Amino acid sequence: MEKTLDQKVKEIVKENKLSVKNIIDIDALDKADIKKIFAVADFFREHFRRGKDKKITQLKGRSIINFFFESSTRTRTSFELAGKHLGADTINVTGASAVIKTKGETLIDTAKTLNSLQADLIILRHAKAGTPLLLTKWIEAPVISAGDGFHQHPTQTLIDVYTMQNEFGDLKNKKVTIVGDIKHSRVAGSLMRLLERYKATVVLTGPQTLMPENVEEAFNVTVDTNAEHAFKDSDVLYNIRVQKERGSGSHIPSLREYAHMYCINEARFALAKKNAIVMDAGPVNREIGIRSEVLDGLMSRVSTQVENGLFIRLAVLSLLIS
Amino acid sequence: MADILIKRGRVIDPEQGIDEQLDVLIRNGKVQKLRKRINEKKAQVVDARGLIVTPGFIDLHVHLREPGREDKETIKTCSEAAAAGGFTTIVGMPNTSPVSDNQTVPEFVAAKAAREAVVDVRVVGSITQGLSGEAISEMDDLKKAGIVGISDDGFDVKNASLMRDAMEYAAMLDLPIISHSEDMSFKEAWAMNEGVMSTKLGLPGKPAASEEIAISRNIMIAAITGATLHCSHINTKRAVQLVYEGRKKGVNVTCDTCPHFFTLDESYLVDYDANYKMNPPLREKTEVSALKTYLRNGIIDAITSDHAPHLLVDKMVEFEHCENGIVGLETSVGLVLTHLVKERFISLTRMVELMSVNPAKILGFKEKGSLKEGNDGDITLIDENKNWTVDKSTFKSKGRNTPFDGWELSGKAVGVVSQGKYIQNN
Repeated sequence: MEKTLDQKVKEIVKENKLSVKNIIDIDALDKADIKKIFAVADFFREHFRRGKDKKITQLKGRSIINFFFESSTRTRTSFELAGKHLGADTINVTGASAVIKTKGETLIDTAKTLNSLQADLIILRHAKAGTPLLLTKWIEAPVISAGDGFHQHPTQTLIDVYTMQNEFGDLKNKKVTIVGDIKHSRVAGSLMRLLERYKATVVLTGPQTLMPENVEEAFNVTVDTNAEHAFKDSDVLYNIRVQKERGSGSHIPSLREYAHMYCINEARFALAKKNAIVMDAGPVNREIGIRSEVLDGLMSRVSTQVENGLFIRLAVLSLLIS
Repeated sequence: MADILIKRGRVIDPEQGIDEQLDVLIRNGKVQKLRKRINEKKAQVVDARGLIVTPGFIDLHVHLREPGREDKETIKTCSEAAAAGGFTTIVGMPNTSPVSDNQTVPEFVAAKAAREAVVDVRVVGSITQGLSGEAISEMDDLKKAGIVGISDDGFDVKNASLMRDAMEYAAMLDLPIISHSEDMSFKEAWAMNEGVMSTKLGLPGKPAASEEIAISRNIMIAAITGATLHCSHINTKRAVQLVYEGRKKGVNVTCDTCPHFFTLDESYLVDYDANYKMNPPLREKTEVSALKTYLRNGIIDAITSDHAPHLLVDKMVEFEHCENGIVGLETSVGLVLTHLVKERFISLTRMVELMSVNPAKILGFKEKGSLKEGNDGDITLIDENKNWTVDKSTFKSKGRNTPFDGWELSGKAVGVVSQGKYIQNN
């Protein structure tokens, strides 16, 4: 008799136990862990398709709390859907910072409450760097960071590297050019860390005022503020949105001038390698960061990233709390 | 008040050029005699064999928190922490609630201290009313109420022309300015030093230039006003050089640094532990070694703790929201002995200069900083070989916010004489 989907999930999860309890720092995952996550993501990619029954019982009876202090569409939906597909009960706690402001409760006290309610996993997004680590010191439930301040967004990086590997295989010496507001980007923060470990060549481009201090020394990357020069021979152009809500506005004269200098348009895209791809973790700044011709073009992997996002999150949820 | 006779200790008093075994007699809270051998039948005898006897240590930069934040510290507990750490005089910054910007606060502190404090507690007045940076405080009234200097600690005076008026006014009244030098127009929120480490941690940084620009401005204003300027808690090589250059050009400028700046650097922030969060922030490793050199060669004049007690909750929220500052009165002497004296960066004599002689001079305390007969009978007793482990749960201070918990130190203040009483530390 053929195995049911449930049985197959149980098996693959059993074969791929991770060495970590939390996913808050991409550097804490060793290459073996990442390989396992990708293997399980491959499995889900094969079995989770539109129109098919996606309901499985792997995490039946488990509770997952999406603890989001910042607005999010794709990350939160992606985690929530993944949890629901796996049979867990997922709850969204948002606007919690408002609770804290109005009732004077600290983040830790709210988290301890969630912990006492026997949550099996807490997924935290927070505007301040280091907050996921703070949480792990106070509660027993595992924590996944869904992005902290300008620091890291580890599951996004798993998605990005998974997407790049599916495209190119080994990333050694592949040139990944990250363009935009690196200073305020947690997506870049964890991506630079992991690409360094996979020996990719990482070039950052964008206005100098949107580069983090001493970034070349911190992450073994090169800064080249000339977009045309930086894009040349790239395998990946990765766009990072100018985050006006984080005050990037005051670091550049105008979005108009920014787009003039850095927007990934067709002419600039042509400077990259022939089979180069375009990526963006979103939300996308159409016509400012990427021109629609490129964003909706054949080499855009922006939708693939979102798809892979679901598979990666199915993988990490099932591996962390099964 | 019984006489106190400190017998057979090694007295180090740089002002009198003394470093030898002597007896010291304290009568009515003053130094009565300093001799090879004193016999005084009625006196309370302190056996100081094997100990170092120095003029009482002065910490010219602490936060008493009272009035206003008695949940964090009180004049009583702060003075007890001072005694436990080997200090006989502490100087409170004016950022209490209400601010020490008029005569009532210094008078309150003095009255409260007279009743409850175990060491000499002095207070500084604010440069501007309410620390607002908008109008200068009533400094003459404040001086009559007992302040020993002025400061807007926690902030700098943003407006240069107001700072000029403040310095001119303070110079007229012979009040030193204890400066928190920071360019207040580096307005972006910051949580640590700016550099490789802030980029790795994703925390907003503040460059050393924000302090250095302000120090340089304040020295130049001191130059045109003739004010006495003391730059407190400085922590970069360039900042020290600016003070040195100013002094060479005849400006009356001095400076201090804190034990955490010559023992810690920004790499300790790796786990976002808010006990390493302070203003100014911990800097790069290279600054730490430069500070040690300047402490040795005399360019840095004093060591202060910037004792800043906070509640536990103030350090257990998101890192960027945590309060700045650490407690320091009970670890300062141990850190200086272990990391400066034992490592041979400075001599014991230099330590006494940094922690007693120079603070007294900076604040114009003519009866402190030396054991001359007739001076205040303030004494610090040091066992330079006592090994101990910092245990924050035993602090006399209400504050537990220290990065030094669990540190093994070598050398400790084992007792003080202050206000005519001998206080022994365990």
